[in-house]
Amino acid sequence: MRFSIYRYDPDKDDKPYMQDYDVALEPSDRMLLDALVRIKSVDDSLSLRRSCREGVCGSDAMNINGRNGLACITPVAGLREPVELRPLPGLPVIRDLIVDMTQFFQQYHSIKPYLINNDPPPETERLQSPAERAELDGVYECILCACCTTACPSFWWNPDKFVGPAGLLQAYRFLADSRDQAGAERLDNLEDPYRLFRCHSIMNCVDACPKGLNPTSAIGKIKDMMVKRTV
Amino acid sequence: MAIARRKFDAVIIGAGGAGMRAALQLSEAGLKVAVLSKVFPTRSHTVAAQGGIAAALGNVTEDNWHWHMYDTVKGSDYLGDQDAIEFMCRQANEVVYELEHFGMPFDRLENGKIYQRPFGGQSQNFGGAQATRSCAAADRTGHAMLHTLYQRNVRANTQFFIEWMGLDLIRDEQGDVLGVTALEMETGEVMVLQAKATLFATGGAGRIFHASTNAFINTGDGLGMAARAGIPLEDMEFWQFHPTGVYGVGVLISEAVRGEGGYLLNKDGERFMQRYAPHAKDLASRDVVSRALTTEIKEGRGCGKDADHLLLKLDHLGADVINMRLPGIREIAIKFAQVDPINEPIPVAPTAHYMMGGIPTNFHGQVVAPYKTGPEEVVPGFYAVGECACVSVHGANRLGTNSLLDIIVFGRAAGNRIIEDLKKNPHHKPLPADATDKVLARLARLENQKGGENVAQVGTALRKTMQAHCGVFRFADMLKQGVSRIGEVAERVAQTEIGDKSRVFNTARIEALELDNLVEVALATMVSAEARNESRGAHARDDFPQRDDDKWLKHTLYFSAGRRLDYKPVRLKPLTVESFPPKPRVY
Repeated sequence: MRFSIYRYDPDKDDKPYMQDYDVALEPSDRMLLDALVRIKSVDDSLSLRRSCREGVCGSDAMNINGRNGLACITPVAGLREPVELRPLPGLPVIRDLIVDMTQFFQQYHSIKPYLINNDPPPETERLQSPAERAELDGVYECILCACCTTACPSFWWNPDKFVGPAGLLQAYRFLADSRDQAGAERLDNLEDPYRLFRCHSIMNCVDACPKGLNPTSAIGKIKDMMVKRTV
Repeated sequence: MAIARRKFDAVIIGAGGAGMRAALQLSEAGLKVAVLSKVFPTRSHTVAAQGGIAAALGNVTEDNWHWHMYDTVKGSDYLGDQDAIEFMCRQANEVVYELEHFGMPFDRLENGKIYQRPFGGQSQNFGGAQATRSCAAADRTGHAMLHTLYQRNVRANTQFFIEWMGLDLIRDEQGDVLGVTALEMETGEVMVLQAKATLFATGGAGRIFHASTNAFINTGDGLGMAARAGIPLEDMEFWQFHPTGVYGVGVLISEAVRGEGGYLLNKDGERFMQRYAPHAKDLASRDVVSRALTTEIKEGRGCGKDADHLLLKLDHLGADVINMRLPGIREIAIKFAQVDPINEPIPVAPTAHYMMGGIPTNFHGQVVAPYKTGPEEVVPGFYAVGECACVSVHGANRLGTNSLLDIIVFGRAAGNRIIEDLKKNPHHKPLPADATDKVLARLARLENQKGGENVAQVGTALRKTMQAHCGVFRFADMLKQGVSRIGEVAERVAQTEIGDKSRVFNTARIEALELDNLVEVALATMVSAEARNESRGAHARDDFPQRDDDKWLKHTLYFSAGRRLDYKPVRLKPLTVESFPPKPRVY
């Protein structure tokens, strides 16, 4: 199988280039990550992040034939050849397929991604009905892989100002939690021409999410909350 | 070469559940703490835990911590230390409620309380009816927990060193631990992190096996560092093989599937577990179930053209239960086994999963090692928690959902202990002059090696050797051969060569350094297993099929220097309650 992979090592390369690899895959090399591990066993300079190899840790997000996805849960069968692999778009490249995610995590941190509840905790659990808990489904499962945010043109233009789909999905995760008391403060934090409202419902995020989550829908719900509190 | 140096009150290596629970305790107490992790914290392997965290909340069936303690002692095949087990089970409810207060999104029962499901080895009334003890967030409990702990640490302003790898411990002449050397992956810089307390929470080492549920990062770094610094490794022969890894791939299929009512079938469509565990059936302890699967395969009742796996059936649970309680399992089955479990059973096989052994500690998380006064002597300044530690609450076999409990209880306990210890020892001890000599020599060897062997190739040899010689059932001749083969692998590890010499994010160098750690774990495992002439928990010897309490009711201690073994007694005395004396273990 033929791969064309983005290479850049600032320690020795003046500029990035694409390198072709032809590899004979074994039947057990079912996922793209298996193929990359095989390539790396021959060329150990190929650099990428990976860990769980089952789509829950979010390490091996990359741009695969023009679409963002996780290498570990992308079957090699059916990929157009040469399989073109590039780092996630819109973030600075550290080396090869490894990007600097500082801005992504700054935006995540900016939404105060933790439960705020200033009541003294009860002796046992805080109660939450199954219906209230169901509000978190499709939201809490985010793995922070950045496939969505780095597929979003609004984030590409304003990565320092626009929270981006992953951060906003998590903002909604706490707005939607019946145990959280900081709803007004959270909405204030997003009431800004850029932070929330740069989302123009392009919906690349929905297309890119390897976990099947829908950040656009969550963003729509936050916008609804904004409207409701002004009327 | 001048090496940068930084000073902290505490340095934690590892940002999984155990490391982050400890970090939270320290940050909230206002200590200056550095948490190092090879990966961004939410990518740590806790994220892959599925089924739940054990606590006798009694939300579904009547329950109490003492029953949980009994089950854990029995599950450990009586090798667990009963003081630590009492400590853990007594605190379980409190730490789970605390996680809920932190915001962890547990599933809920109709009355609004935390959802619980049954898991293997859980009983009411000391071996009676099945208990329902595992608190769950669908089948993504580890993910929910890890993200919650990261979030809480963001709130507490914990200082993380992300994509830093611990290299070696720094000890002085008295044996006190004074910090670590570490490598910043992005720049290739080595730094000394000096600390009054050094806590290892580096997780497991399942990557010593060819077929493993474990992540690539699970390379036993803490164990390698400890072993090289003269700290023994405890009970390394005890590895849990999870009964249900996806056949041919190894990805974990949670025991929660059986907890929710799924069951195993052989090629004749027989529910074979009732032959092996008439009472608990599919919810017997994992060691029992893994041996049953292996026996079915060995006796020709496996499925598929090679008769080398079994089937896990859950379609009878219905689409609603599967989508609500086991959505992640469905996703994994579709992606990795190409079956939708709503319609078809999942092909499964036993797969290396969890290391019961580790760095010996007491229940405060303090590392203990024989020095002058006995095997329980505290190593000043050194702490370990979670899978890398052997406290020992799991003994010879861990019960499902006790690991998430272990990391939270002992992460918190170690944090509290460090806070106390630092009040008595408020100053850094001076570093020895040779603090970095050995690690720099190791790095220089790797950089300058000529004509050495490829890291991936040696790694494969290591994993295949462990898989063939130290699996679910163990044979005297295979173990004996295994000791010499893994010794040969160790010689090859010392000669590895990397092609990539870049300073920037050099993952080839990281993998070579990880192999140094894997081989320590593999050696400890094989040597300890070869010596233990009995069957107990996950250590099943073909030539010694019975447990032998007269000779072997004791913990193994493996010392890397000379590959020497020693033993120490099991702590059979709990903190307050009566001891559970060893008795035959049936399910």
